[in-house]
Amino acid sequence: MAKFGKKNKVSENIPTSALPDIIFMLLFFFMVTTVLRDQEILVEQKLPQATQLQKLQKKSLISYVFIGKPKNTALYGTEPRVQANDALLNTDDIVQWVNRERDALAEADRGLITISMKADRDVKMGPISDVQTELREADARRVLYASVGKLIQN
Amino acid sequence: MARKKNRMSQEVNAGSMADIAFLLLIFFLVTTTIASDKGILNILPPKIDPNQPPPEIDKNERNIFTILINANDDLLVEGDYRETSDGLDQEVKEFVLNFAIPDEETLPLYNGLPASLKAVSRKDPESSDNPKEAVVSIKTNRGTSYEKYLEVFDMVKKGYFDIYAERVGLDTDEYRALTGKDDAEKALQDRGKEGIPMAISIAEPDKIGS
Repeated sequence: MAKFGKKNKVSENIPTSALPDIIFMLLFFFMVTTVLRDQEILVEQKLPQATQLQKLQKKSLISYVFIGKPKNTALYGTEPRVQANDALLNTDDIVQWVNRERDALAEADRGLITISMKADRDVKMGPISDVQTELREADARRVLYASVGKLIQN
Repeated sequence: MARKKNRMSQEVNAGSMADIAFLLLIFFLVTTTIASDKGILNILPPKIDPNQPPPEIDKNERNIFTILINANDDLLVEGDYRETSDGLDQEVKEFVLNFAIPDEETLPLYNGLPASLKAVSRKDPESSDNPKEAVVSIKTNRGTSYEKYLEVFDMVKKGYFDIYAERVGLDTDEYRALTGKDDAEKALQDRGKEGIPMAISIAEPDKIGS
């Protein structure tokens, strides 16, 4: 009987000294993968799905443009708008914005500027093509249609 | 007495360490947005010089694979009406690799293809002459939804990527994952593309009927 009691006592305390290490490991993983959002998105963003996604090699060359219905419809209306760097732009201002973004890059990389177009899936082609016309005008011809992966059903 | 105090200071209480780490972990879990920089790359055509007349297009009708999408998201592919974009990738593949009139430049290209791609070639005189001449044209309406346009664009790209991947003996997903960051990857990428340019023309959307 005495033996039985002794065994029971041993199994009572589980070593928890490694627990903080495990948690810290998880913590570091999330700290490294986190990108703190540096801009508030003023338009709706439901990215469309696609299968043929590509990843770009150099992230510094990407400038983001957001297209969608404004979230604050009382202030900005319900028509799709273009957002870049925290503010809504008119279509005419896109050329100027692209030039500013391009000037921020190193001189050798200026021709390789890529515009990531984050357009909402409910936007019609009209506004998209207006933006593309402006991008052609600004000679920023590399466009990345941002989209999320789609599972292929066979 | 002194001995007892000494023993107490030797053990640092690490029990709450896990709690602190948990708190931080939950904070980062909540704030994390895993950045997605993935998408479909498209190169826009250069801007039109207003002083010059628009370039004459003297391409044969058979060398252009036309896809029209109207404001109701219906498709007209080479004159045939359809509702979905299913199977479009295969049709693009057949169109590009048709080789009806291979010239001396594209004949070695045809001979260099793997047998699985040669089987796709139908040599239909109504379809494209050779991959150098073949162009896929996508025309939308201003009322077409972006989602549908991207779906069709995606399918056309898939057709091309399938060809490229099969030429180098890779899976389509594996081929697309190549970034060309080292010479070996770049060589593989170029070998897939060689002689078969990805000619996808995005026509200016029309305003009628939107």
